[in-house]
Amino acid sequence: MASGNRQKFDNPVIEWVDSRLPVFTLLQKEYGVFPTPRNFNYFWNFGAIAMVMLVTMIVTGITLAMHYNTSTAGAFDSVERIMRDVNGGWLIRYLHMNGASFFFIAVFIHIFRGMYYGSYKQPRELLWILGVVILLLMMATAFMGYVLPWGQMSFWGATVITNLFSAIPLVGDSIVTLLWGGFSVDNPTLNRFFALHYLLPFVIVGVVFLHVWALHVTGSNNPLGIDVKGPQDTLPFHPFYTMKDTFGILVFLIVYVAFAFFAPNYLGHPDNYIPANPMVTPAHIVPEWYFLPFYAILRAITFDIGIPFTDIVIIPAKLGGVIAMFGSIAMLFILPFLDKHPVRSATFRPWFRAALLVLVVVFVILGICGAKPPEGLWVPLAQICTLYYFAFFLVLIPFFNKKEPVADLPPSIHQAVLDQCKACAKA
Amino acid sequence: MKKILLISAFALTMGASVPVMAADAVPLPHQHWSFDGPFGTYDRAALQRGFQVYKQVCSACHSMKRVSYRNLSALGYNEEEIKAIAADVMITDGPNDEGEMFERPGRPSDKFKSPFANDKMAQYANNGALPPDLSLITKARPHGADYIFALLTGYGEAPAGEELLPGQNWNKYFPGHKIAMAAPLSAGSVAYEDGTDGTVEQYAKDVSQFLTWAAEPEMEVRKQTGIKAILFLAIFAGVMYRVKRKIWSKAH
Repeated sequence: MASGNRQKFDNPVIEWVDSRLPVFTLLQKEYGVFPTPRNFNYFWNFGAIAMVMLVTMIVTGITLAMHYNTSTAGAFDSVERIMRDVNGGWLIRYLHMNGASFFFIAVFIHIFRGMYYGSYKQPRELLWILGVVILLLMMATAFMGYVLPWGQMSFWGATVITNLFSAIPLVGDSIVTLLWGGFSVDNPTLNRFFALHYLLPFVIVGVVFLHVWALHVTGSNNPLGIDVKGPQDTLPFHPFYTMKDTFGILVFLIVYVAFAFFAPNYLGHPDNYIPANPMVTPAHIVPEWYFLPFYAILRAITFDIGIPFTDIVIIPAKLGGVIAMFGSIAMLFILPFLDKHPVRSATFRPWFRAALLVLVVVFVILGICGAKPPEGLWVPLAQICTLYYFAFFLVLIPFFNKKEPVADLPPSIHQAVLDQCKACAKA
Repeated sequence: MKKILLISAFALTMGASVPVMAADAVPLPHQHWSFDGPFGTYDRAALQRGFQVYKQVCSACHSMKRVSYRNLSALGYNEEEIKAIAADVMITDGPNDEGEMFERPGRPSDKFKSPFANDKMAQYANNGALPPDLSLITKARPHGADYIFALLTGYGEAPAGEELLPGQNWNKYFPGHKIAMAAPLSAGSVAYEDGTDGTVEQYAKDVSQFLTWAAEPEMEVRKQTGIKAILFLAIFAGVMYRVKRKIWSKAH
């Protein structure tokens, strides 16, 4: 960020500021002329879209916090007051509620793009890992946010999920007591969840800053997965990608606000419009939809793991489920070190591409299993899908490292774009 | 290949969003509502009739504590009418300067008066069953208004082999079918001021619409704002698409 040989700005005010604190030079370098591969497809919009959603969540969230009452006696009523009596309150709340879902949609697509085009590979490993940290922080934030309206699903979801930590040997129960601030989910739990729900988004902003910083050190990956070889392979970020991102963001926003205005409760659960009642358990406790695949993995471990032919249990089913659930995220953390194949983009890796697309389908099926009661065929289905999820990372990827043929790659991005244009012209 | 996978993934996702039904649940008949769809609005006359049904039937047991009398202006009542409706009930207020609680006629700013002082009293008066507050009932049940309509019209004789305990009633659409609430509506029990026929279906339809309004009073302005927001975004996106094309034509 040091300004060794800074270019002068014509505008005297900008020049005055920039010569003392070169923020305009920085912006110009990182978002103006920043060399960006010229062959991005629309999957590359989702980073910017996720950023817009993060800002939307923070702005609507702070506004909601101005009207929210953090107490078990007042939380539900204060949310209803926002919906009915605060000017525009229903809009702010529905944007926030659906914003969480659409933030996850953007991030899931962003992660898929990273996996499909091998964006996690050398030299972008740390960039990828910071991204997974953001995902984890988002999950924690979203989970605590869902508790705040203090409806039935808030309360029972919080009870089920916090109870998971009791599966940890020796310290589990103490951790749960610490999370609750007592011996059940109650007022202290709600207060600390609110405090953390307000804090974590700013931690996310910090990690996003590191994520973008790391991106600007290595430069972006691209659909071909080959390195940028010279200026003919890139375009300045502005105006090419600022304009393309703006268009993509607007299309995404149309879908988002369509939900917020016309089906605001479609992605939620009706039980959360019943005030929390510790004496009445809902028939069927389900987390928010974006957690369902992970919830299905958690519930897929229905068996104790022990020494065969003895009664000795090493990992009880509950602990096994918790390990599997956190393990599913851990797979993403270690992905850059599992995949040693020299080719980045799945475009040139038919085996990897097929396995990854199956993983996407499996992830969706896991989501459906998570929404269903854990009975009948849903249990073995979730188990098979969980097996595939882990096999993808731990068996298939190492296998592809050794066996998947290394395809001939295009000589350069520039050449590939030119060839594509010629092909279009002929057709 | 990729396309087929994407389509099947999409189809699966859509399938997942259909709410889970208990094995013995009867599918709900879908009613046509004036508030359906992105351009839907409430029918003021139906809302007023529904309010009449609520006031004369439901409110004997069910509270609606998140709605104020002043909110009734959305049903088309004028200020004088609302004042008169509110003044029909006596509200406990206080303490006054002498530290005493006192009774006074209701005001438009008061919330709807609850039939019971607290949940315990409500349970005691209803064989231990708690009549739920109705302010959010259509949002708190899957299929909202359709469910309320089905429930109110779904009473009948228990099928052979089903044992009903005293205080239980058979309802086709209630989860588990055994409901503590007796059939609340009977033909002619509410005399509509506008002369509409007093059938059970009509009462159920009107009160379902009224309860939907009570749960989502912002719905009309929400949908109208939504249309404007989407129009704005769509035009803006169209402009940006042209801008993007123009700029990118230099790069190719």
